Amino acid sequence: MFDMGHGIYLNVNLKASPSEQLRKSRGQRGHHHMKHPFKHLLWLAPIMLLAGCEAVVLRPSGDIAARQANLLVQSTLLMLIIIIPVMALTVWFAWRYRATNKQASYDPDWDHSTKLELVIWAIPLLIIVCLGALTWVGTHLLDPYRPLDRISAEKPIEDEQPLQVQVVAMDWKWLFIYPEQGIASVNELAVPVDRPVEFTLTSTSVMNAFYIPAMAGMIYAMPGMQTTLNGVFNHPGEYQGLASHYSGHGFSGMRFKAHALDGAGFDTWVAEAADSGEALDRARYLELEKPSENVAPQAFAQVDPQLFSRVVNMCVEEGRMCMAEMMAYDAQGGLGLPGIANVAALTDPGRGTPRPILGLPPFQVTGICTVEELNEMLASADQAERPARRDLTPMRGQGLEAPQGILGRNLIPNRLTQSTPPSGADQNL
Amino acid sequence: MAVPSDIQTTFLLGRLDWNAIPQDPIVWATGVVVAIGGAGLLWMLHKYRLWSYLWHEWFTTVDHKKIGIMYVVLALVMFVRGFADAIMMRLQQAIAFGGSEGYLNSHHYDQIFSAHGVIMIFFVAMPFVTGLMNYVVPLQIGARDVSFPFLNNLSFWMTVGGAVLVMMSLFVGEFAQTGWLAFPPLSGIGYSPYVGVDYYIWGLQVAGVGTTLSGINLLVTIIKMRAPGMTMMRMPIFTWTSLCTNILIVASFPVLTATLVLLTLDRYVGTNFFTNDLGGNAMMYVNLIWIWGHPEVYILILPLFGVYSEVVATFTGKRLFGYTSMVYATVCITILSYLVWLHHFFTMGSGASVNSFFGITTMIISVPTGAKIFNWLFTMYRSRIRFELPMMWTIAFMLTFVIGGMTGVLLAVPPADFVLHNSLFLVAHFHNVIIGGVLFGLFAAVYYWWPKAFGFRLDPWWGKVSFWFWVVGFWTAFAPLYILGLMGVTRRVRVFDDPSLQIWFVIAAFGAVLIAIGIAAMFIQFGVSIARRDQLRDETGDPWDGRTLEWATSSPPPAYNFAFTPVSHGLDTWWDMKRYGQTRPRAAYVPIHMPRNTGTGVIIAGLSTICGFALVWYIWWLAALAFAGIVVASILHTFNYARDYHIPAEEVRATEDARDRQLASAGV
Repeated sequence: MFDMGHGIYLNVNLKASPSEQLRKSRGQRGHHHMKHPFKHLLWLAPIMLLAGCEAVVLRPSGDIAARQANLLVQSTLLMLIIIIPVMALTVWFAWRYRATNKQASYDPDWDHSTKLELVIWAIPLLIIVCLGALTWVGTHLLDPYRPLDRISAEKPIEDEQPLQVQVVAMDWKWLFIYPEQGIASVNELAVPVDRPVEFTLTSTSVMNAFYIPAMAGMIYAMPGMQTTLNGVFNHPGEYQGLASHYSGHGFSGMRFKAHALDGAGFDTWVAEAADSGEALDRARYLELEKPSENVAPQAFAQVDPQLFSRVVNMCVEEGRMCMAEMMAYDAQGGLGLPGIANVAALTDPGRGTPRPILGLPPFQVTGICTVEELNEMLASADQAERPARRDLTPMRGQGLEAPQGILGRNLIPNRLTQSTPPSGADQNL
Repeated sequence: MAVPSDIQTTFLLGRLDWNAIPQDPIVWATGVVVAIGGAGLLWMLHKYRLWSYLWHEWFTTVDHKKIGIMYVVLALVMFVRGFADAIMMRLQQAIAFGGSEGYLNSHHYDQIFSAHGVIMIFFVAMPFVTGLMNYVVPLQIGARDVSFPFLNNLSFWMTVGGAVLVMMSLFVGEFAQTGWLAFPPLSGIGYSPYVGVDYYIWGLQVAGVGTTLSGINLLVTIIKMRAPGMTMMRMPIFTWTSLCTNILIVASFPVLTATLVLLTLDRYVGTNFFTNDLGGNAMMYVNLIWIWGHPEVYILILPLFGVYSEVVATFTGKRLFGYTSMVYATVCITILSYLVWLHHFFTMGSGASVNSFFGITTMIISVPTGAKIFNWLFTMYRSRIRFELPMMWTIAFMLTFVIGGMTGVLLAVPPADFVLHNSLFLVAHFHNVIIGGVLFGLFAAVYYWWPKAFGFRLDPWWGKVSFWFWVVGFWTAFAPLYILGLMGVTRRVRVFDDPSLQIWFVIAAFGAVLIAIGIAAMFIQFGVSIARRDQLRDETGDPWDGRTLEWATSSPPPAYNFAFTPVSHGLDTWWDMKRYGQTRPRAAYVPIHMPRNTGTGVIIAGLSTICGFALVWYIWWLAALAFAGIVVASILHTFNYARDYHIPAEEVRATEDARDRQLASAGV
């Protein structure tokens, strides 16, 4: 399955002749056709004609992208109601009232007409009211966070959980983690056809955007944050996926193949990944995270179930306090004076954290834990990666008291609030 | 444990060393050409003893007309640089297929697209627009100069200082590889440790001081210095749009300055405003920069809406249709431009309600903009249109801009934006409105006001050659980008692997070549017109049968603009004066109080540029020295009491008598 298609990443339908495509498309969307009066005009839209059949944005393979394309075409047609007359009038007036045409009337002081002004404000306004309504509804229906309400125009959604895919934008490659399957892949995505997919996305270093034009719109992937994108593929095939927000040197090479497979094909793909034998734990992740360009697809068999949550919370490195925990402490008023010193030199300063010319050396906030936990943790960590404490006096870092609520209870569970690990994984990081 | 590597600096030169010279043959070749050209220019200046003339007549001038012209010259010089970047990108994208890496590595290519955006917006469009407003606004409102003439000179030189820093980055160090808005964390010290982003920051900060001061200056000028009788609703439309633009500048550029200060603190002292961890939030930067960035779009386009209004009214020989609604449309756009910034990042993941709100506010802007288009259209109705070059550009604008406006509204529909954001469709859209709206308008303005500035018209034949190459070239270059966007191709990509895309990039590159011919024809036109200036001479001061006050005075206008301040009795003041046969007063001349030239602007801006350069390279002693120099020069300037003079009444009489003879010989 890995070498399917050999570099053809547009919809396989596209290899068919235009007339075949037309027939297919009508066949597939016949039902839909009745509901949307604009639909049959899709073929008339001038941009469509110009772009021909390769315009994947207008002829995608996933329902979400198809509905986005419909909205795009409908909005265009709505605006052409006014754009075409304006352009025609411009040309006509320019020709008719040219100075050499003495037949045309000339009225140099005519500069106002209340009726006409009402019309020229009202018509654009009416169109914007229609477009605004279309926008409001379309934006809510096609919100990337919203779980799918249908598989396609013909297929209602069944009582099926979406496939979870966790996406990490790295420098400069994509990591896809399949928490249910326990596998991961780099620069290659495979999903079953007609099954909703829920992507949860983050990034390790800089902002990026995740985009499979044939499937659904794009969404940013940002470090220390999590975004969500729901989508589905309706036709099997091999599609182009890409990074669409500039992210540095290796940006152009951040492309991947997205395979839409049938159920059996997907199972095979998962099994092949599971056979690859290499596990993706925190140490391997930190190695993978280092910048590299034009990375070939790669598969991992076992994935630390907490890995993605740790990436989002920026605490993959040992001994680093997770963002969610830090925010929870801060929401409680922080750790007071001891908290100031609860820092250590960076485990891995690497890219992203050189010392500013006039500032302190970069540091990280260390996690709060019991002395026993810390010792256990340090013992298990690689000696070379052990964080060097900046201040070794007692009560700094290890053994620090978590803040207490007014009733004397520890209000902050030492767990993630921002991103919950999948069920089965330990909720405490 | 890896130790954070400190940046190596020396006391004398900071981090400046021989490695700062780029090891790139393309840059080397450019450097050689620039060095030879620069040396040639300096030698010519020396040979013809022009230094003193330039210093006394131009560099130190406080005359708004000369400063306006210098702004436009700066814009044209930077335009050549920005276009060179554009054509390099088009060539790279046309050949980087089928395993080819093209001819630019990512370090170079990424700098080029960043520099192209920064230069075209900050150092071409902004100075061009500012220069235009500087030249025209005081004349249109019947004033002798702007409110703060020295500040005007300082603003110009600060803008030059920013441009110098950006140009310097080509040969010393590098420019930012972050895109034109330098989003963190990529622009943070962690991911961009070298000097590129620092050049970006200090270049924009130095120029930003100039832009903000110039905005304040023109704002006060329009509010306080209008001719008697010129109420707000009698101001020419160009003055109105300039007023709104300067309100936007004054209200939005401080946001840019503050945002860049926060980024500077992150980079220099290790604060965490926009970093990934320790409480930083990069999304805040994106919001802040677009809170400046969207009004910036209207800062650029509004004055050109004013230009089109003036041009249409003049060349149709008819009053502008719907002046009042034009004014209200402009004011609406000014206010609405602050309510739409989020449409630049719908895909960041805000909720559907937030996205719809900003999508709909964006669409609402198209209502006043549409009203403007209709107003120009109905001005053409029942008129007598003379198709001189400014009018040709205006028609080209009307036909081009509506398409750009339509694709803009399309991008304001969030679900459509989800598939088109960051795509080449977006790139095509904003070039469609910036070239089709701003640049076409600037060209219309140059052809329209050139005779006023220099006393002779531009050669129409070369102008038409330039026009057709530009318009056809624009569509050849950008229509393929619309199509590529619909094919799912995104921006800022250096190499491609789908061979079916290549043909579109080749067509786009061909379009860029057509545009290059258009640009060359324009420069040839300037040269030809200067050589043939005696045949193209305009003695009347009013070659187009104009309507507003700038056409009431001679071309070029005397230093004092108007011997007697004109009085306005309605719209189209000069048109009414002509209609009712009102003549200039020709007696009882009095001495005219004028501001005196000063070199302080050049000195302060020069010191600011040195300070910026020193900060880029961590040369602290030089930065401190230059900053101290700025403070001292500013204080010393306050002790300069020789800042004004009077043009004697006899000299005014002599000038006005010469004007009479000129008009008589022109048969007016």
